[in-house]
Amino acid sequence: MSMSAYYQTRAAHHGVVTSDWLAQSQEAATRAVVTGGQEIVDGGKSGRAFSVIDEFNNWRKQPDLAEAVAAIRALAAVIRNSEAKTMMELEIELKKASDSLKSWDTTSISLTAGCDLFMRYVTRTSALEYEDFNSARSRLIERAEKFGEISYKARKIIAMLSQDFIFDGCTILVHGFSRVVMEVLKMAAQNKKLFRVLCTEGRPDRSGLRLANELAKLDVPVKLLIDSAVAYTMDEVDMVFVGADGVVESGGIINMMGTYQIALVAHSMNKPVYVAAESYKFARLYPLDQKDMGPALRPIDFGVPIPSKVEVETSARDYTPPQYLTLLFTDLGVLTPSVVSDELIQLYL
Amino acid sequence: MDARRVSQVVPKVRQVGFVTHSDPNPPPQASRAQSVPIESNSGTPSDSPDFSPVMIPPPRHHSENLSHLRSAAVAVPESSSRRPMWDDRVAVVGSYNPGNSLLGQPVSPNSSEVNSEASTTLGWFGRNSSGKFSAGSSFPGGGFDLTTVKMENFTQLEGKKPEAVPERGGGAAVEVHNEVSSSTAKAKTTKAERRAMQEAQRAAKAATKGKGGGGGVEVNNRESSSNTLKAKTTKAERRETQEAQRAAKAAGKAQGNKPVAAAGGAGPGNILRQPSQNRDDPAVGSTIAGSDRRGGDRPPERERKKDVPPPRMQFDDQGRVNKSKKRAVFNQPEAKNRVELFRHLPQYEHGSQLTDLESKFLELDSMHPAVYKVGVQYLAGDVTGGNARCIAMLRAFQEVINDYSTPPGKTLVRDLTAKISSYVSFLIECRPLSMSMGNAIRFQKSRIAKLPLTLSETEAKAALCNDIDRFINEKIILADKVIVRHAATKVRDGDVLLTYGSSCVVEMILLYAHELGKQFRVVVVDSRPKHEGQALLRRLLAKGLSCTYTHINAVSYIMHEVTRVFLGASSVLSNGTTYSRVGTACVAMVAHAFRVPVLICCEAYKFHERVQLDSICSNELGMLVLVLVR
Repeated sequence: MSMSAYYQTRAAHHGVVTSDWLAQSQEAATRAVVTGGQEIVDGGKSGRAFSVIDEFNNWRKQPDLAEAVAAIRALAAVIRNSEAKTMMELEIELKKASDSLKSWDTTSISLTAGCDLFMRYVTRTSALEYEDFNSARSRLIERAEKFGEISYKARKIIAMLSQDFIFDGCTILVHGFSRVVMEVLKMAAQNKKLFRVLCTEGRPDRSGLRLANELAKLDVPVKLLIDSAVAYTMDEVDMVFVGADGVVESGGIINMMGTYQIALVAHSMNKPVYVAAESYKFARLYPLDQKDMGPALRPIDFGVPIPSKVEVETSARDYTPPQYLTLLFTDLGVLTPSVVSDELIQLYL
Repeated sequence: MDARRVSQVVPKVRQVGFVTHSDPNPPPQASRAQSVPIESNSGTPSDSPDFSPVMIPPPRHHSENLSHLRSAAVAVPESSSRRPMWDDRVAVVGSYNPGNSLLGQPVSPNSSEVNSEASTTLGWFGRNSSGKFSAGSSFPGGGFDLTTVKMENFTQLEGKKPEAVPERGGGAAVEVHNEVSSSTAKAKTTKAERRAMQEAQRAAKAATKGKGGGGGVEVNNRESSSNTLKAKTTKAERRETQEAQRAAKAAGKAQGNKPVAAAGGAGPGNILRQPSQNRDDPAVGSTIAGSDRRGGDRPPERERKKDVPPPRMQFDDQGRVNKSKKRAVFNQPEAKNRVELFRHLPQYEHGSQLTDLESKFLELDSMHPAVYKVGVQYLAGDVTGGNARCIAMLRAFQEVINDYSTPPGKTLVRDLTAKISSYVSFLIECRPLSMSMGNAIRFQKSRIAKLPLTLSETEAKAALCNDIDRFINEKIILADKVIVRHAATKVRDGDVLLTYGSSCVVEMILLYAHELGKQFRVVVVDSRPKHEGQALLRRLLAKGLSCTYTHINAVSYIMHEVTRVFLGASSVLSNGTTYSRVGTACVAMVAHAFRVPVLICCEAYKFHERVQLDSICSNELGMLVLVLVR
């Protein structure tokens, strides 16, 4: 079955290595070699496309790098390797590279958003009259490099903003392994706040286990729950913290499967749900319901063989509507879900 | 207290409902067995053979009522003051058999819901004497839970609850009973009172100048009643006083003979819709002149008001109505039995308008034939729909511009603007403007005003025609393409799409999605009296879509199988309210109750910065003949 590359990478970064993941990655590796060979045969033009995706994958493998940053670094590489002599030509090349990246993995929202943002920057500033081509090129490359810093700084800003919301003695429920949330909790621990964390197991990636490891290293009291125990423990929870794979136009978020459930339970028990997301994750999507997004499948290993006529729901993500979210912590500030569409307009238009 | 009451002038009666002018003083309705006594002073004919308007006493808890409506509300002690208030005035809401009295309608929280529902739509309200129609029309839900219980014998049902009216209606009734009721209250000088006193002084000044049309009577009333405590003037009355004063000022200042207001208002036109609130700037082409009338005493606001079109003329202002009638191109007899709830909207007898207009064809040498043709098309209902009407109008303007030649001694900019204004007022007479048309006219006028003076006439004309072409192309045709492409991504295989009425954009979406090969079926919801959905149904079936057709009363029956609702809009207002064909709100609300996503498809040029809180304050009334089933 098809596997979302995005979630494959995430599993690689954060999840515990499971047997089924290993099997799939081997399979994927052999596939890549085959297609790689074909593409080389195609010639120079697709050679560039090959290099973009390749470049992107290289960057993506680094666990600390966000998807969008990897994408933008890949596009910067395109600029560096390009032989275009005019701005227009460069733009066209970039557009092609960006499109190929996006189509290579349609399920990754931050990849799409990152590409879009960079393309916006390029098109908006490419018409500067006083610039000659070379300086424009170097400006773009510089900007792309800076984007990595921006992204890293974004996490710091978000961590700083959320410190006020973590008070001494609070209990935080965390779902999924988000690097931003990790940064938040790390900073809170460094500021000597006393809090404890309940983290869900996060099947099938078991990202919660990884999170528990990290938090134990910081000497933060951690308690692991199975995913079904969220409602059971919700009354001792003070707030829910999640990251986001993408923030959509309505102010809702797309995140690992299970986030919607937790948000619903928290909402019904009047617990605040906080989302930590960088601004480049804002995407121009508007899902009307859970199935309205493109499917992102991630195969699940149950540990026992399942008869073939039994269907398995393998979707890796869900959509949490904005009414269940309390606040979003972004590098643009602390936003309510309704403001997201305003910010999106400013980002994209 | 009593002495003060005695000295009051006979208060104006606020009537909501059918009113015939034939019998201004009906006998008091003594036969009513009511808990709340009512005296009628004027205006409620009871012996008209075809119908009998019934007086619905105003709500008992008017204090709660008015506290919704104004900010400076002071709690009125209810029990002690209710009696005196009812003696003085009567409010007629609706028309029903006087023999079956309607007990006082208590104000319910429903009423405030009704007011605050952003997109309630109104059902059909008849206007003429044989207004006996069944309560089958789609009334807003909130107001009638109470009335229907009590109105078993009523033959006619009427408009909204009275608390909706005070905002708009013309009478000083509300004010009066408040004043009276306040006689027992403490003497607090509230903001409203101070304002009322200021109004009274201003009104007194205006009255002494002997100007102002309809404001005169009200001014007197207010003068005498201004001394009472808590003189709460309703917003409508304050507006009227101000309008009267401004009209007086402008009458002195008025230059050209251009129709200042929506001359004569529009004919009944078609189904209830939103008339545009683009009232043309009068006379001289400079856009400042248009705001003279209302910006006179506040010069800095003039600049701001240049961009904001003046509010629509309220038809309950007698002076303005008379003035605009003088300038009307063709004569429109007012409806004999006006619905008081809609006094601020034009209500005319239909029937003779088309023939009247056609007969005037040869006399209208000031009218360009293209514009005349468009006007007739509107009146006859041949051209309907925001986009179609706007495009027809713009094409007519293109012809006007092409045929235009500057008369000697005048500048192109001013003269052309004046001409366009006169054509627009003619079109308004035929049918009130839609939002799309209003925005297009504003665009057009701003383009004319921005013409560089150095251009020759032919160049200017060519530039203007180009502008119009670009407007139509960019804002309508291309916009539709973008909408269709984007909306088609929301249609998935297996979907059941519901649409209401006939919107051209929604039709385009459905056809495009079908072309893309998506498997879905369509439910077309339709309603009386125009049955616009039938045309849409035919066109969809011709293209091979599988459709279901139903009427609006079955929409809750069918909603459970619907996955998406696509609705068109005449306009989207700045608070997100959608303005559309009557019945759209009903469909949207039912969809919301079933948690079905509702998608509104509207081009951006139809957006407007107005905010409208309900459907009554500005609307277009349809033709009675279509509603009644003989």
